Amino acid sequence: MRALTILESKAFELTVCRLCHQLIEDHGHLGGTALIGLQPRGVLLARRLRKELVRITGEKDILYGELDITFHRDDFRHRAVPAIPAATDLDFSVEGRRVVLIDDVLFTGRSIRAGLDALLAFGRPRSVELMVLIDRRFSRELPIQPDFVGRHVDSIDGQHVTVEWKETDGQDRVLLNPVAR
Amino acid sequence: MSDALGTKHLLGIDDLTADDIDLVFRTADGFKEVLARPIKKVPSLRDITVANLFFENSTRTRISFELAEKRLSADVVNFSSSTSSTKKGETLIDTVNNILSMKVDMVVMRHADPGAGVFLSRHVDACIINAGDGTHEHPTQALLDAYSIREKLGRVEGVKVAIVGDILHSRVALSNVLCLRKLGAQVMLCGPTTLMPHHAKDLGVRIAHDLDEALRWCDVANMLRIQLERQGGDGIANFPSLREYAMLFGLDRRRYEAIGKDIVIMHPGPINRGVEITSDVADSASSIILHQVENGVAVRMAVLFLLAGGMDRQPRP
Repeated sequence: MRALTILESKAFELTVCRLCHQLIEDHGHLGGTALIGLQPRGVLLARRLRKELVRITGEKDILYGELDITFHRDDFRHRAVPAIPAATDLDFSVEGRRVVLIDDVLFTGRSIRAGLDALLAFGRPRSVELMVLIDRRFSRELPIQPDFVGRHVDSIDGQHVTVEWKETDGQDRVLLNPVAR
Repeated sequence: MSDALGTKHLLGIDDLTADDIDLVFRTADGFKEVLARPIKKVPSLRDITVANLFFENSTRTRISFELAEKRLSADVVNFSSSTSSTKKGETLIDTVNNILSMKVDMVVMRHADPGAGVFLSRHVDACIINAGDGTHEHPTQALLDAYSIREKLGRVEGVKVAIVGDILHSRVALSNVLCLRKLGAQVMLCGPTTLMPHHAKDLGVRIAHDLDEALRWCDVANMLRIQLERQGGDGIANFPSLREYAMLFGLDRRRYEAIGKDIVIMHPGPINRGVEITSDVADSASSIILHQVENGVAVRMAVLFLLAGGMDRQPRP
């Protein structure tokens, strides 16, 4: 069975654009907002969103950071391959800000839990919201739900969602891969 | 479950491949960033208990390990032989097994006998990290030294490192040679013939007995401490006097300036100021001695984190 394309390039672009407009609709002025992408894959979406938001609103200094969650994971001793940390680049305090955590795919919710934990080291935000490109519903292991969603995907165990990016993979698209045999 | 590091213990540098060392460095990069945060603590090891067993005196290494453990949220118990039952004649295995029966997962050990860590790893069921065993090895020191060179010069491969001083008694020298060679650096050992072990020529390194020659050759000079406590019998037997040693093998400003180029100065501590190195060089801009200490915590966090990653979470039977 071949991989199923969930979002191809044009729809991908529209989805990212819609997420930006939803955020602006919800937050109004982005002065108190901080966008924080989760390493390694969430930052690709976060960087794209930031660029798009600058284009739409004309606000040049939207607070933006990248957060690595490796040391906060609860599964690092269960993994087959070692988790290699990526860079955290967060040079401001999130104290009193409206933080939007950004990741590509929401699956079990464990990465987001780790992200919330890691975020605590940078202050006490006024609120934390979650934005994801793909929400794999019915697969949550923790009570975590997204506030902004690009696309919902209902999938079965063993299927795998891959998000590809122009910057790293040559084109923008989202694939649903069949169960590996 | 596969081991993150390909080794269960860290007893010596030979336990690690070049890829393992690279993994330690990349993980340490992550921890350096954590250590720059206002809250310098992550929860990775919160279900792990570590015993620091120091049968030999230490300040830097013990504090460095303890900070690394605490910043990973591990539970820590400390032991030093001066206040313990080993004074009453308990054997090493008994001491450690007693500690392990209180559910300790990892042991960081310093011991005066070479091979103490290897011996222990065969007889007890815990992850062992060697924090110095006699004149044998001190692997985490070598890792942090190589990490500091990588940080300062951007690479280790091809860098010329001179290790100067009391090679005979130095576990730091042996671990450094093994680690640097694995990473592709060129190494020279330099010291008086009486402080140069016979096995040195089998390590694949250059050997020199003239400090000025070594300094002209190298990019990095690691000035080892004269181990006064390990010199033969009743005091110093391997060289006539500290003053003569300092004159021939001590690095001072005059000697440094005569090299005619900038080299990186390292020292594993504690420094005998005025013996192997003078204050004006140790505290100069070329010296990365305090960076070594700073990096020590990040590198030890990486070692603890990676070894814990390879540990079986199931309770031991």
